[in-house]
Amino acid sequence: MTGFLQRLGATTLGVTERIGRAHLFLLHVLAGFPGLLPRFGLVMKQIYASGVLSLLIIAVSGLFVGMVLALQGYNTLVDFGATESLGVVVSLSLVRELGPVVAALLFAGRAGSALTAEIGLMKATEQLSAMEMMAVNPLHRVVAPRLLGGIIAMPLLAAIFSAVGILGGHFVAVGLLGVDEGAFWSQMQAKVDLYEDIANGVIKSMVFGLVVTWIAVFEGYDAVPTSEGVSRATTRTVVHASLAVLGLDFVLTALMFGDE
Amino acid sequence: MRIRGLRYARGEQVIFDGIDMDIPRGRLTAIMGPSGTGKTTLLRLIGGQLRPDAGSVEVAGQNVARLRSKALYRLRQRMGMLFQNGALLTDLSVFENVAFPLREHTRLPERMIRDLVLMKLHAVGLRGARDLMPAQLSGGMARRVALARAIALDPEMVLFDEPFTGQDPISLGVLVSLLRRLTDALGLTSVLVSHDVQESLSIADYVYVISEGQVVERGTPASLRQSTSPWVQQFLQGQSDGPVPFHYPAPDYRADLLAEGS
Amino acid sequence: MMQSRSVQIWVGLFVIAGMAALLMLAMKVSNIRAFSGEEGYAITARFENIGGLKVRSPVTMAGVVVGRVSKIGFDKEIYEAVVTMSIDPRYDNLPEDTSASIFTAGLLGEQYIGLEAGGAETYLRDGDRIQLTQSAVILEQLIGQFLVSQADK
Repeated sequence: MTGFLQRLGATTLGVTERIGRAHLFLLHVLAGFPGLLPRFGLVMKQIYASGVLSLLIIAVSGLFVGMVLALQGYNTLVDFGATESLGVVVSLSLVRELGPVVAALLFAGRAGSALTAEIGLMKATEQLSAMEMMAVNPLHRVVAPRLLGGIIAMPLLAAIFSAVGILGGHFVAVGLLGVDEGAFWSQMQAKVDLYEDIANGVIKSMVFGLVVTWIAVFEGYDAVPTSEGVSRATTRTVVHASLAVLGLDFVLTALMFGDE
Repeated sequence: MRIRGLRYARGEQVIFDGIDMDIPRGRLTAIMGPSGTGKTTLLRLIGGQLRPDAGSVEVAGQNVARLRSKALYRLRQRMGMLFQNGALLTDLSVFENVAFPLREHTRLPERMIRDLVLMKLHAVGLRGARDLMPAQLSGGMARRVALARAIALDPEMVLFDEPFTGQDPISLGVLVSLLRRLTDALGLTSVLVSHDVQESLSIADYVYVISEGQVVERGTPASLRQSTSPWVQQFLQGQSDGPVPFHYPAPDYRADLLAEGS
Repeated sequence: MMQSRSVQIWVGLFVIAGMAALLMLAMKVSNIRAFSGEEGYAITARFENIGGLKVRSPVTMAGVVVGRVSKIGFDKEIYEAVVTMSIDPRYDNLPEDTSASIFTAGLLGEQYIGLEAGGAETYLRDGDRIQLTQSAVILEQLIGQFLVSQADK
């Protein structure tokens, strides 16, 4: 019994301490943001690494998700004779929820794990240590550009995901199922609001971009500098980032759309 | 540089227990000892990456552990450090690796950075390898690039962490003579940490031998060879048994084998 | 330098693609061009029952959206709902005897306000009140009445 209590206490303390360290870490990294402005090339490289290289998987997934949504939505709506609303169903689901969330989950798997592994290996091969000895703060030089790159890339990826998804839905609805094209677009325009839906979706994906990249760089920086430690940290990144995205999505949705 | 009463423990394990050292300016000082005596830890204490539990490390009159991070970073700009396996930044080319400290700490025009980098690379004989990536270099070349990087900012002091381990005889010879030549030519204060006895003794001006957290012998290479301490003799000669036993502490061999059955 | 140039080009393309996607969402998917109800003039109307009417529900005339519901209040003196509508200033010639009714789009759709022009020479202006109103049709009441009338037979 006391053994159980002790383990519980130790775990709680350990988790709390880690969360505290992650926040201090974030503060130190954010302090490096102003120094990035004159050296935007560093950020550019990271937008390339996490954004451009994730583009294909995001676009392809978005296309299929949109197509499935249209197909599934059609089967439900056809019973009520409301297939004209298919555009609304597809676009609202994508813009509000699936775009930001699925794009963030894919981002965590594609770019987040790569970030953790990269930073973890830099630590294991003493590159971070060497930077410190060259009087360069690795938090500012290595971590900050990656964090900023993630925050910039994520909303763009989510927007691309949603847009491609709507095009995919359009293809299925209008092309295959014979929904009227005019109704598809006009119903959508009548129901989707620029601020309420689209701006909130963008805000969501920025938050997800910050959180996923933050978890990824922290896990890398905090990894045990061995090959086993780095592989564990990479796994943790994907698991923790995915859970964080889903949990935060609930909170954000409740805050943004809850009062309707 | 002066070290006084340095004590450092990692958890239960005491790594240094009251070490005093004086490292003179412009000389090549070697710190030797068997593996696992914390030689790398000592360099990290000097570089301010670790803080001692007691005692002090003074570099150029400043107590490293007491410095605030800004001052520490300023001090580190006057230090170079060569890591065990080079620790080159793997996403940058050889040229960019050497240029890295210059780009981070100076606002020199691109032309001048190019000239400086080529000079440093020329000094280690790798001017022709400037466009290679670190993954394409052999271990010895990587260390030479790292050496060029360590001296890129013309530091007053360079710390060498095991520069000789795992090198073939040719690159070993190259590194040994480079160390000596650079120390003399640039007037560097060099601190060399190593357990390669012959190479270290052949180039060092002064030698410290540490073991189990203590300085066990000090002196010039010549006086060290005359040392009467059996431990030092075993270390220098590389005998397998002596004061340092071949066996890790264990219960009696016979008793241990017999105990298996019960 | 070649490598960093191609990185820059790719990032440029990426940013353009992302912006284009956002623009498509804004222009093609959402109702950015429709009247958002922010800079219109306000008129009010009282209803006995507004049913499921909400803030931002559309206000239409002859089927065209001319404004949106901006506020829904309750008058505790006479126990009626007070609906404030914001009307697009382009339509500044609604006759004073315009009537307002609450309709439902389709059988299960959302509710909206339909305006019907009268014949008066003077027009409604900011802050005016529509006198003629017709409340929402509550489906349950309708069914109840129908059942009662059947039972009477």
